[in-house]
Amino acid sequence: MSTLAQKKGFGAVLWDYLTTVDHKKIAILYLIAGGFFFLLGGLEAMFIRIQLAVPNNDFVSAGLYNEILTMHGTTMIFLAAMPLIFAFMNAVMPLQIGARDVAFPFLNSLGFWLFFFGGVFLNLSWFLGGAPDAGWTSYASLSLASEGHGIDFYALGLQISGAGTLIGGINFLVTIINMRAPGMTYMRMPMFTWATFVTSALILFAFPALTVGLFLLVFDRMFGSNFFDPAMGGNTIIWEHFFWIFGHPEVYILILPAFGIFSEIFAIFSRKRLFGYSSMVFATVLIGFLGFMVWAHHMFTTGMGPIANAIFAVATMAIAVPTGIKIFNWLFTMWGGSITFTTPMLWAIAFIPSFVAGGVTGVMLASAAQDYQYHDTYFVVAHFHYVIVGGVVFALFAGAHLYWPKMFGTMLNEFLGKITFVLFFIGFHLTFFIQHFLGLWGMPRRIFTFLPGQGLDTANMVSTVGAFFMAIAVIILLINIVITSVKNEKVGNDPWGDGRTLEWAIPSPPPFYNFKQLPLVRGLDAYWLEKMEGKKGMSPAEPLGDIHMPNNSFIPFVISLGLFIAAFGAMYRAEHSWGIPVLIFGMLITLGSMFVRSVKDDHGYHIHKEDLEDSNDKGVKA
Amino acid sequence: MAAEQKMTYETWPASPEKQTLEAKNKFLGFWFFLGGETVLFASLFATYLALKDKVPSSDMALAKDLFEIPLAFIMTMLLLTSSLTSVYAMYHMKNFNFKKMQLWLGITVLLGLGFLGLEIYEFNHYVHEFHHSFTSSAFGSAFYTLVGFHGAHVAFGLLWITTLMIRNSKRGLSLYNAPKFYVASLYWHFIDVVWVFIFTVVYLMGMVG
Repeated sequence: MSTLAQKKGFGAVLWDYLTTVDHKKIAILYLIAGGFFFLLGGLEAMFIRIQLAVPNNDFVSAGLYNEILTMHGTTMIFLAAMPLIFAFMNAVMPLQIGARDVAFPFLNSLGFWLFFFGGVFLNLSWFLGGAPDAGWTSYASLSLASEGHGIDFYALGLQISGAGTLIGGINFLVTIINMRAPGMTYMRMPMFTWATFVTSALILFAFPALTVGLFLLVFDRMFGSNFFDPAMGGNTIIWEHFFWIFGHPEVYILILPAFGIFSEIFAIFSRKRLFGYSSMVFATVLIGFLGFMVWAHHMFTTGMGPIANAIFAVATMAIAVPTGIKIFNWLFTMWGGSITFTTPMLWAIAFIPSFVAGGVTGVMLASAAQDYQYHDTYFVVAHFHYVIVGGVVFALFAGAHLYWPKMFGTMLNEFLGKITFVLFFIGFHLTFFIQHFLGLWGMPRRIFTFLPGQGLDTANMVSTVGAFFMAIAVIILLINIVITSVKNEKVGNDPWGDGRTLEWAIPSPPPFYNFKQLPLVRGLDAYWLEKMEGKKGMSPAEPLGDIHMPNNSFIPFVISLGLFIAAFGAMYRAEHSWGIPVLIFGMLITLGSMFVRSVKDDHGYHIHKEDLEDSNDKGVKA
Repeated sequence: MAAEQKMTYETWPASPEKQTLEAKNKFLGFWFFLGGETVLFASLFATYLALKDKVPSSDMALAKDLFEIPLAFIMTMLLLTSSLTSVYAMYHMKNFNFKKMQLWLGITVLLGLGFLGLEIYEFNHYVHEFHHSFTSSAFGSAFYTLVGFHGAHVAFGLLWITTLMIRNSKRGLSLYNAPKFYVASLYWHFIDVVWVFIFTVVYLMGMVG
């Protein structure tokens, strides 16, 4: 295999991406698929806001509104935010620790294709009799009563994509523990890597609860069990517990990587070491730990009693402490730094007040007695959009601009990037700030329309106008991506000029083996350290030698496809005679390809030393 | 050390399951996987405890009517013994004694099959004698889901170990397949531990009502 890039036809490129096990290419797959679902979820959000723009609107029917609302939440959380975060984890984390790939390249590919087929399955519900309509939380009493196959699409689709996420989490954990470059101790790891580490642990311990919840839901809906049916001795609250035992850590799974991206940005564009690095690590781990102790604050009005409510209220408020530590550390990082206002930095700076606003309403909601007032109103909607858009989505935009050159070798246009930022920032606050008041004025969430003359008209219109600002901002970002890709002006190793961590020490995009020689890490911000001592790059930690690489494989695609087919069989089993054969056929594809993978030896291949020496002039030094 | 290298008794290292980077990753990753499985089974146990004896009418069988200690005891003994035999297999793996490893793995599989057979008999017995089925009550759903998930894990483990034995029967041990045998035996221990909890929570606690 030659290390030289060859001009390939479309078919060859497609086959390459279908079979790739390279973390950098899988990151691009996650970015494209996650980006697509983000646009889809955004479109659904626009439909919601158009419907709610004026009272008594009939843009969509009540039933369709329920479907749009459910799919907006489900798509944004599972199919947009998480995959986009996985895109950056895949693209950056192995480079930050000085590794040649992740621990399980094959499983990395499998994780992506499981997510992809799960997401496609979920969205096919639109064309096959109606989407799920019980809210993204899909509480059992609602979801068992829902007719048609919408909820089945939800349960099976999330089951498939959830398995992919779990695999990804294990993969990142092992990568970080086993594959750090020489000298890269835990307390020298970049904050984004730390965030990936803690997030992966959260995924590992949170997703199985969702898996079980979804299994019980599937069994109840399709196989006649009675977990959630009180008439048969079941208990509908069990679903709520499982959903939130998963669901609350899930919000930290989303926000911790966002914190990680911002930590990188503040340090780079303030040209200063991150303030309070060890307290940042401590806060990240503590948030991850406390994240498992607070799930029932989503259930204050369920009737758990005052003692349980009080415990969960106090635990929830405690999370404000490590989060506060982080906010102050970011502020102190900027303090006295020589700040450059690049697009990523603008997002980061705007994130602080936006996220703090969401945090403040979070503490308000954490008070169980007050929560009885806020519960299921637009106040809650405003709160979680402030933390998820103001935190996670801002980070995704910031990360996209920051890491675009590392992923694609070319910079996004800064001018267009700033326009995107300004429009989105205005639109975001215009949409969601007013929703706090809508909630306090008594507007319940998840209603498809409201009556005129109740004092809700103007505020809803304002909110809808804001949504259009965000939509335009996203369209400008897309234009920016097209223009940038067409121009394709290549950049060097460190396009921002102030990169601190290892990923900026190698070419953009990196060669497929990342590091020709593993780098020697001598401290936190390893690359910055070398630059400050006047060196051009990292010192190698090993002599030039053969590099062991994994083979590409089509099997992950086939395993996922089998589950995708089997899910249709399981779903239509009751009303069509072909259900069972299709279920068996799909499972045979999956198990058969797993069997092939097991019995076929796959030792990978070696890039030989001589080939690496040939490409010296390309500047692929460690 | 390369995974493809031909090994002898003399060159066989002390921890053959952790010699290459791939092996170390597999070893650690599998432990994490078992961590996730622990949460999965914990969730199923919680469901079972919440729904135990929750039946729609008072004439339906409850835990104290269903379970009999002798059968559960024999099943427990079979599975515990199979865990021990898999330890013997790993002992011989570490000593580069491929034939004895295969032998003890074979015994492990037979014991596992015995366990599975008794479990199928047990489920059949409950359904036909007590009308205690997956769909008859929330109790039934929770019982068959918890114990059935475990049974499915046992069945998968049997397929896994058998595949490993057949695939490597002519090739002997190498640093490539040693970690594969090792994690399969880890998995087998895990389902054994889960069964210990099932024996306690479902059967023993079921006896006292």
